[in-house]
Formats: sequence, C-alpha cells, structure tokens
Amino acid sequence: MFGWEFPPFKSGGLGTACYDLTKGLCNQGVDVTFVMPVAPDGANADFVKIIGANNFAKKVKLRQISSILTPYQSSTSYSEALGKVPGATNYKTTSKDAYGKNLYQEVYRYSLAAGEIAEEEEYDVIHVHDWMTYKAGINAKAVSGKPLVAHIHATEFDRTGGNPNQLISHMEYEGLKAADVVIANSNFTKENVIKHYDIDPGKIEVVHWGIDPDNPHYGIGHKSPFDNEKVVLFLGRITIQKGPDYFVEAADRVLKYLPDTKFVVAGSGDMFERMVNRADELGILHNFIFTGFLRGADVHRAFQMADLYVMPSVSEPFGLVALESMKNNTPVLISKQSGASEVINHALKVDFWDVDEMANKMINTLKYPELLSELSDNSYREAQKFNLDVPAEKTKVIYEKAIQIVK
Amino acid sequence: MVSICFYFQVHQPFRMRRYPIFDIGKKSDYFDDHKNIEVLKKVARKCYIPANNLMLDLLDQHPDFRISYSLSGVFMEQCEKWAPEVLESFKKLVATGRVEILSETYHHSLAYLFSKEEFKAQVELHRQKVKELFGVEPRVFRNTELVYNNEIAKFVEDMGFDGIISEGWDPVLGWRSANFVYRPKTTTRIKLLMKNYRLSDDIAFRFSNRGWAEWPLTTDKFCNWVNAYNGSGECINLFMDYETIGEHQWEDTGIFDFLRHLPGELLKHPDNSFKTPSELVDNCEAKDEIDCHHMISWADIERDLSAWLGNRIQQSSASRVYALEKDIKELDDPELLEDWRKLLTSDHLYYMCTKWFNDGDVHKYFNPYDSPYDSFINFMNVMNDLTIRIKEGQARKGVAGKAGSDSEVRGIEG
Repeated sequence: MFGWEFPPFKSGGLGTACYDLTKGLCNQGVDVTFVMPVAPDGANADFVKIIGANNFAKKVKLRQISSILTPYQSSTSYSEALGKVPGATNYKTTSKDAYGKNLYQEVYRYSLAAGEIAEEEEYDVIHVHDWMTYKAGINAKAVSGKPLVAHIHATEFDRTGGNPNQLISHMEYEGLKAADVVIANSNFTKENVIKHYDIDPGKIEVVHWGIDPDNPHYGIGHKSPFDNEKVVLFLGRITIQKGPDYFVEAADRVLKYLPDTKFVVAGSGDMFERMVNRADELGILHNFIFTGFLRGADVHRAFQMADLYVMPSVSEPFGLVALESMKNNTPVLISKQSGASEVINHALKVDFWDVDEMANKMINTLKYPELLSELSDNSYREAQKFNLDVPAEKTKVIYEKAIQIVK
Repeated sequence: MVSICFYFQVHQPFRMRRYPIFDIGKKSDYFDDHKNIEVLKKVARKCYIPANNLMLDLLDQHPDFRISYSLSGVFMEQCEKWAPEVLESFKKLVATGRVEILSETYHHSLAYLFSKEEFKAQVELHRQKVKELFGVEPRVFRNTELVYNNEIAKFVEDMGFDGIISEGWDPVLGWRSANFVYRPKTTTRIKLLMKNYRLSDDIAFRFSNRGWAEWPLTTDKFCNWVNAYNGSGECINLFMDYETIGEHQWEDTGIFDFLRHLPGELLKHPDNSFKTPSELVDNCEAKDEIDCHHMISWADIERDLSAWLGNRIQQSSASRVYALEKDIKELDDPELLEDWRKLLTSDHLYYMCTKWFNDGDVHKYFNPYDSPYDSFINFMNVMNDLTIRIKEGQARKGVAGKAGSDSEVRGIEG
C-alpha cells in the first residue's frame, strides 16, 4: 500500500483513512506492506511507535521513501517545503536521493523509488491513495504484474472547485485508467470520476468510510465557555473546496436574527485572509473566532464545544468530519454536494450555494432546543453505524476481485 | 349471519410551501396550491374517479351492496376548488342511498388531544359541510387516524353520535374478536365498530406483495376467509384508506378486478350480507364491553400516537400551535383562524416523524420534505408568521396581549 503518514501528523483525511484502513485490514488478517514518504524532520520514530502500539506491528511492514511529499500539497506549498530542506538546492535533479525541484518531479522520483521497492517486496495487490501515489502504483504493477487498486478520496475537480490543474488531473486520469479496480469513497466521487475521466462504471466500487470507535477523544466532554451564546463551527481547510465564503455569508444572515452567536473557524488555508477580510467588511468579525489548525484531541474539543457544525463544501468527496462531529454529539448541517449526504439521514442538508437556506436552517436549529436535541441524539446514534470493520471487509473483497480480474 | 362493512377514508391535507425564515413577517401565503392541485388531480385520476365508478357499477349490479366513506373537510374543500367532478362522483354515490358518510374533524386534526372546544368546533364544521354537499347527517364518528379510547367514546356519545370506529387491536380486544359490535366502557348507548385489521390489511397493504405467502390474493381466496367467520362473527369490518384502490395498490396489481368480483362472490353465500356502519349499529346488539384506557390508533406497528407525537419536535410543534388558540379566537379574523386550522392537520406532524427515518421507507413516499427536521423548520417559520399576525391583530384592536405562550417564539423578528 502506498499511503500517507498516520495522524496526528499533518495528513488530514488521507492520513486518517490510511490508518483506519491498515488497522481494519490487519483485523481481517491481511498483511500490509506500507510505503510512505518520510521527510527529514518527519517524526517517523513516533510513526513506528504508533504501529507498534496498535499491535499490528506483526502484520504491517514499513517501507520508507525519503520525500517531502505530503497530501494536499500544491506546487507552491511544495516549493516552500523544498526551500526549508537544508542544502536541497545543491543536489542535481536526476539523483534519486535528491528531492525533485518541483512537485511533479518529486512525484516522478517517488514513483521510481516505489518501483524499486515493488521489485523487492512480495504481495498480492497494490493499493494506492490519490493522484500522488498513482504513478508509484503504475510502476509497481509494471514491475510485478500484480493487480492495481486505485483509491480515490478526492478528485482534482473537488480540490480546485472546478478549475483543475491539467498536469495533476492527467496523472489522476492515468492512475484511474491503469487500475484494475477503482475504489471511490462515495457515489458522489464515483459520478465525478465517470463524468470527468470517462472511467468504466463497472470498474468503480464505492466504499463509504467510517470512523474509529476506539478513539478516546470522543469522551472528553469539553464544555463551551460561552454560556448562553450558541456556537457554530467551521472545521476544515480554509480553501475553496470547503466553501468558507458561504459560511461567512450565512453567518451574516444568522447574526441579524441571533446577534450573540459565535462562529468558530478551526483550520488554516489559502483563503484564510479572505475569510477574515470578508467578515470584517460585513462588520461581524467580532463574532468570529479563528483557532488556526487543530489536531488530535483539540479537534474533538472543538466539536464538543459547538452547538452546530456546518460543512458548506463546494465539492466534498465524502466528509468524514461530519461523522466525527455527530459522534461528538454535535449535529451537522452539510452540503448536499458531498458524499456524506448520500449516507447520513439525521443531518440538515443544503445546497452549498444556498446561503439563505443555510441561514434558515442554522437559525431554527439554534433557536429551538427540541430540534437541536432531536437532531443530535439521532445523529449520535446514526454515527455508531459507521465503523471501520465494514469498509475494511469490503476492501478485502475488492482485493479478491482485483486478483481474479488479473488472472 | 356475517355482514361485511366497508369504510374508506378519503383525505388530502393542504400541504405547505417551502417557507423560509426570511418570509416571516413579509408573506403570509403558507400553502403550496400548485403542489396540492397536482396531487389531487393525480389521485383523482388513479383512484377517486375510477374507484368511484367501480363502486357505482357494483351498487348498480348488487342491490345489497353497501359501503361508507369518511371525507375530511379539507379534502372536500380542495375538491370544490380544484376537482369538482370528484365531488359530483361522490354525490352520485351517496344518492344511491346505500353509501353512508361518517363524521370526523373538518381539518383531520388531533384537536381532541389538545382542545376539546376546538375538536367540537371542527366536528360541527364538518357536519355542516356534509349537510351542504350531500344533504345527510352523519351518525357514526371516526376520529383522525382512528385515535380512540374510552374517554373519546364517551365524549362523542355525549355529542349525540350513535356509533364510533376504532382499530381492532389485539391488546385491547384481549380474547374477544373484532367481528362483533361492542359497547365502549363508560358509555351507555354508543356502539363500537372495530376494524378487522388482518383482513383489511390483506387488501390495503399485502395485496401486491409478491413476497407474501398468500399472494396472489384472489376474490375466491378472500371470500373463503370471510366465509370461515360465519357462525363466529356478526360483522367483518374492512376499514382502509381509499387510496388503496389505485394509488397504494396500482391498477396493474389487479386491485380493481379483485374488488369488482368481490360483492358477487361474497353474496353467493346465503349468510353473507353488506351493511353500512349505521346499519350495524341499528341491527346488532353490543356483544360485550370493550375497555380501552390508553389511546390507540390505526397507524404503524405500534398502533399508538407515536407517528405524530413520538418525538420532541412533534410534541413541541403541537403544543405551540395549539397554544395560539385563545388569542386567535379572540381576534375574530376568519382568515387567520382558517390558516391556523389548516396547520392543525395531522399530516404536518406526521412529516416530522423520525421513527422510520433511518430506513427511509414508506413514510418518505408521502413526505414532501427532505427530512423530518426540514418539516419542523418549515412549520415553525409559518407559526412565527402566524404569531406576528396575531400580534398585529391585537395591536389593531388595542389589546395588549401576549401571543403564544413562550417568549422564545417572539424572538424571531424579520
């Protein structure tokens, strides 16, 4: 499996998905060789500890490729990361030990290293996660002849709100085309893949993800410090995909009816400044609290403190974060343009652009405690259904299907 | 002697339009005429007209055939506005003299549970409408969704009715059979007709279910079942939603053919006959007393009130809306009163039911909202506008009143 660093490291949803999947597969009796990029300052010692601590050390073999690739990287953020590596600019570009001069070169270099690992290891199936690892998977398949399972957690169209980077979307396309089976995290994603890349629907399996029931953070029981003021939470990367603009506009409308509401924004991203400026422009900045990027237990504290979690995503392949909120006893208002909205029943749903309707639902939920409690009790119960065993089981079955296809 | 008694329920609510919070205080049109017309016309086409024609034919062919209907006031009103041919068709049926009309609350509401005064008012409104359209006076009463208990029976008896309808629910019947006429505990005169739910639901729910052991249900088979009751029952009460014929059970299931042959087949047995609810009341003695202390209904597996009042958002909406009664009635504003009454139709609460929302099944087909939560939000927005209108009315009258019973509701101003 070509994956990403487990949480609490900066890999967000992809990292969490890899961790959950690896753990789930081990429970299913599947041996996993996990290949991941490791940055020079990467705390991979802790990473190994995580594996060890979870008792799947026996079933997980770790292979590392020195790289500064991280999920959600853009060309710009890659260049920034490269700039931070001491002496990086001294290396010749083609050396496989040196980081690529830009994001695409690094992906290419990574795939070469992956090809080498593929020659050394023994395995039945290759599983890759998102475009950056697709080339690695293609190489591994070429070297071994084993079936390739391409997992897609998000498309370039989701990430860019419809303005894809051509290079990236091409690599995405190559991977999906070369794969023997594609796993999409929702029907929403599956439809996007068919629409944008014309991939054979028969090749695409949908496996809805779940959340880890054993995470101790759910029980923290953090209380809001804001007395009687209601708290509405935005948690996620502050980037176009997540719809932060719509959050601010809806907040503006809500505040006209409920002027004491607090809007907490947890996250960081390229639209941060724009969000702050817009709130200021509307004269509502004093109702906003920006926490910056949160990780670990703090994420759960944020959910527990909030009365309502809003996910106004423009295009959300799944949206596990909604489930995490529900599990923390905080009801959710989610975009209909998300994978999560196809499987969650007890949630308020809205088209991401319909700011008036968003406000309509927010105000009513904050206003009527019976609605809030009915929603949160029911959604808490519903969240229990989304465990990790089912997705892992389904993945294993897909592996078996892929093996049959290649035979 | 076994008498088969058919009673068909006919109802359509005035569905609300999507009413967002920003319309509060600005727009007071709450109902989606477009949608309501569409639904009425569709059901008229698939059910009311063809089913009525079928019944007219059967009444024509079999002088001994009898049926009964309960038509909600809001249904009759919608027909007057948008489908007068349906009303004409019902008039023809009643004119045969062998089709009984029952009494119910005009707005198909659960008013009994919240305001006896409003309940009485709605029953009276319904009585007037029935008299106006059909020229008859109902003698037998059915409460909305067959909500029933001893107390309701006594109350209805005091209002002058001779008969009352309920679900023939086993825990209430105990060892008794629903196929007799009974006297509700605490009453002295009124008679109770209880639905034979097995046979009724065989037609209403299971008819087209290929997974059912008894599918296909032929007229012969059904008649054998009915005939088996001869000697151990006086009446077989087949009570169901009229939309069974053509809407819930589509024409291609064979439901029309099944019913077309039913009277003829049943009447072949000399001991079988058809009776209207009033005829049962007049001809049958109350066999025994039925004690039903807790409220029952004909809905879902539980046969209780949970479909309308089972969760917090339902309970809250119901109590808030009924709390407006006094202030509205003091204002003497017929339009406001009528808007409020339309909100009392039980369907609005039904849409907020979360019971089956996990499985997204039957309830969803009839639900105009995406979720029960959306239904609550919509309802509360409309209620808030109603509240503002009440306050405006009070201000005009110079009455310093407190509209609604809690200050929270007043918090929303446009």
